[in-house]
Amino acid sequence: MKTHFPDEPLRSHTLDMLWQAQDEKGYIANEDIARIASQLQISEVELEGVASFYHFFHRKPAGKYRIYINNSILAEFKDYRDIVRAFEKATGAPLGGTDPTGTFGLYDTPCIGMCDQEPSALINFYPFTNLSPAKVDQIIDSLRSGVGVEFLANAVEDNIRYTPEREKTILLREFVPGKALQALTRWTPGEVLSEIKESGLAGRGGAFFPTGVKWELCSKFESDCRYIVCNADEGEPGTFKDRVLLNRLPGLLIEGMIVAGYAVGACRGIIYLRAEYRWLLPKIHAAIEMYEHLGWLGADTTAKEPFRFDIRVQIGAGSYVCGEETALLESMEGKRGEPRTKTFFPVEKGYLGRPTVINNVETLCAAARIMELGHERFSSLGTPVTRGTKLISVGGDCNRPGIYELEWGMTVAELLELCDAPDPYFIQVSGPSGQCISAWDSHRRFAGEDLLCGGALMIFDSTRDILQIIRNFTAFFKHESCGMCTPCRAGNFIFSRKLDKMARGLGSLQDITEMQQWGQIMKRTTRCGLGMTAPNPLLYALERFPEYFEQKLDSTRTGFNRSFDLESALEDYREAVQS
Amino acid sequence: MEKKLVHLTIDGRPIVAEEGQNVVEVAKANGIFIPSLCYYPHIDPPLGSCRVCTVMANGRSAAACTTLVKEGMDVVVNTDELQDWRKAVVEMMYAEGNHFCPSCEKSGDCDLQGLGYNLGVTVSRFPHLFVDHVVDYNPQRMVIEHNRCIRCRRCVEEVLTDEGQRVFSFQNRGNTTEVGIDYEQEAKLTHEQAMQAMHVCPVGAILVRGKSLARPRGDRKYDHDTVVSEVPLPKITALKPHLRRKKIVATTSLAGCFGCHMSMLDIDLDLVELIDLVEFNKSPLTDIKKFTKRADVGIIEGGCCNSDNVEVLKAFRENCDVLIAIGECSIWGGLPAMRNFVPLKECLVEAYSSATNNTESKLVIPHHPDLPEILDRVYACNEVVKIDHFVPGCPPDAGHIWKTVKNVLFGEKYAITHSEFKYD
Repeated sequence: MKTHFPDEPLRSHTLDMLWQAQDEKGYIANEDIARIASQLQISEVELEGVASFYHFFHRKPAGKYRIYINNSILAEFKDYRDIVRAFEKATGAPLGGTDPTGTFGLYDTPCIGMCDQEPSALINFYPFTNLSPAKVDQIIDSLRSGVGVEFLANAVEDNIRYTPEREKTILLREFVPGKALQALTRWTPGEVLSEIKESGLAGRGGAFFPTGVKWELCSKFESDCRYIVCNADEGEPGTFKDRVLLNRLPGLLIEGMIVAGYAVGACRGIIYLRAEYRWLLPKIHAAIEMYEHLGWLGADTTAKEPFRFDIRVQIGAGSYVCGEETALLESMEGKRGEPRTKTFFPVEKGYLGRPTVINNVETLCAAARIMELGHERFSSLGTPVTRGTKLISVGGDCNRPGIYELEWGMTVAELLELCDAPDPYFIQVSGPSGQCISAWDSHRRFAGEDLLCGGALMIFDSTRDILQIIRNFTAFFKHESCGMCTPCRAGNFIFSRKLDKMARGLGSLQDITEMQQWGQIMKRTTRCGLGMTAPNPLLYALERFPEYFEQKLDSTRTGFNRSFDLESALEDYREAVQS
Repeated sequence: MEKKLVHLTIDGRPIVAEEGQNVVEVAKANGIFIPSLCYYPHIDPPLGSCRVCTVMANGRSAAACTTLVKEGMDVVVNTDELQDWRKAVVEMMYAEGNHFCPSCEKSGDCDLQGLGYNLGVTVSRFPHLFVDHVVDYNPQRMVIEHNRCIRCRRCVEEVLTDEGQRVFSFQNRGNTTEVGIDYEQEAKLTHEQAMQAMHVCPVGAILVRGKSLARPRGDRKYDHDTVVSEVPLPKITALKPHLRRKKIVATTSLAGCFGCHMSMLDIDLDLVELIDLVEFNKSPLTDIKKFTKRADVGIIEGGCCNSDNVEVLKAFRENCDVLIAIGECSIWGGLPAMRNFVPLKECLVEAYSSATNNTESKLVIPHHPDLPEILDRVYACNEVVKIDHFVPGCPPDAGHIWKTVKNVLFGEKYAITHSEFKYD
């Protein structure tokens, strides 16, 4: 399978070269850094900067079997700690290190897109879901006895729970390969563009930018080559809809990319796949091969106007911020995944400075369906602002977690009933960077006019501690900030310290006021969307659940700072004088 | 080809500029100052990493350095809110790094320090994070002081070898992001390039050995900047008689050096006026050990390093209406807080056993029921009790201290002059 196009610079191979070194011996050694840096003709410190940016790259031996346990909030509420203990006991490796023999390495990692089947883990990037301590023992025993990890991994369920009635289902309907591409043999690129524009399709990654407009903008910038990039870096905790599309309908995605390529006049397509979904790679490669055989990729096609297109896959290496489109481009160019400044939009200067369309997996799949079903069918569904249907990943305290394809306009209450959530209390819409609503808000509609949803719905019942949820989210942002701008790098750190203080029952009203003020400052001063949305979990929760925070405060108001604990501050000294 | 001209407004002022220029440059050319740190004119495109130049452009907040002027653009630079945001970003840098100006080679030449004065930063609103950083002595001719680095990224972009290789690069991510240096590439730099690296660093993080104190006091970048003009102040004696009830003041020095108390006495003849206005209760000046009256104001010097400091501070909180922390040590720990990165036991072993002037071979750490016990780290006063006002400086200027106290006691308006507020 093609890993790169011949005209791409060597620097774009950086992540692959680092992966290759790590796959060979389980980590990236100093001599690998020296060798790759000299191949790329960059200084070692620059390459080290790239390697250390991505959390799946190890610079120290990390075990023959590298185990990554999901630490997202849904896992935390589903016995994450028991699973960690079970792995620690079975492997002899402490979390964050390896066992003495170097066989197992144990690490925690943010959401791996399995929120409907937690607790879950990846072992050498093969998925293991619905874990229990007993299952963990079994897995480790089998690995010790020499069974290949690929034979132990379990099949990941798609858990498609709901689709609208047959003629209203857009994405998750029956798939007949080539159907979306038939129109290309009759239509000019301009006609395809207007079809997508007419449909009213807007970006399904969460920003909801009109897809047709994006494609048209890109097609107008002169270039020797334009790129279609599929953003399959589904990192927002709680979201797993793209996993299901990639697992079930990889062909639909390829068709969507071909449609986009034809409409925009692009010659190359790249799927940026998050490392957590490496196990889906064979399926995607098989789909690409199929379309090569069908004559739609890698050769002159039968489209109405001359068109030749090619697709490859780029594997990420563990970084949430790479889901931000300009950070994703930096990552594809073999650099640290730091978002770019918005002087140019990718449609003008994107990958390698060429005009580039970056679309989410679901957007491209929907585009293919629009070609297949016609724009009227699509735009007749949904609400005036948001047309068509939307995939929602539902997880947490409900009896039917999984994927729901719903027509825009459905109420929260309807969805809560479909997924059988008996006691919804705190509902996080669109992941940590989105917003929380309470059960009182369940009359609200999923629609551009009311409540937009990028694809995740996490349900927490009234036994869950709100502060624990927010601390998990803040720890996530602190870990995933690219570190480039002050308010995000330092701000999330400061926030997490404050939340620790509240968790110890020592928060004051002043702490709350300060966090509200500081959150606003962060939102206004950070460099990209990550920092802008990072204070959201707390700010929304304070607005929605004031009574919860009231009881977390220090009620004595003596002017003594209760977070200062004299006894614990003296422990070190007492220990020192005794020894 | 001539550049196209665009029309915009900055703070309501109509301005004509060349298309493609950024807002920092355009504002500067028109006499409007926008603070900036990471911005370095020939780094193109600008980095937008420090966020100190945040302004509003067409109603949206944005970094001025990465915003290009456009026809009809409406830029707002100076509102109370925007000034507060910019100040907050600078305060975050102080809270995140370990900036000990009195012991820094770049003091007086430091852009962060200059900006701190300029924006009127007296204390960081954010708690100090006290993260331990290394000082890297490995490079051949440089020392990298990671405690002072603000991750502006100027060095990463600017310092290249003749072969075009980077000498510096960001490492890690999130709150552990730091600047890494390539020893091999550093060795290839010429002396001039190394000096340029030190110069490009806005703080004292990149030092060239032997050259770090190149500019004498008086010739440094910020030695002649005056920011706050002198404002004539009303005399207290002119105040209405009913405001002249003698107020009670208490003072103490916790983990400090008494330097702030010394400074407090430096108001010379004004002391005579002061005696008319206030009465001292518990204070080293009166040698009153325990409060005999409730005080209007308590003045605290020094942070808390032992259990006695905590006890005294709590007594002050209980017995004073208003507490004013004076000097860096009381505000965030100051020089004693340099031990905060080292576990207490290591400090004690170093002091009582390893130190070369100690002939005893056996480790004896003083401890006795009559001796205060030592805290695990030095705490800022506001970590122990609520502090109402902060007067920064090492030590603060006498004028600054008394203006603050008189303001609190009598509501007297005051202005701090530049010379009263500059410590480098």
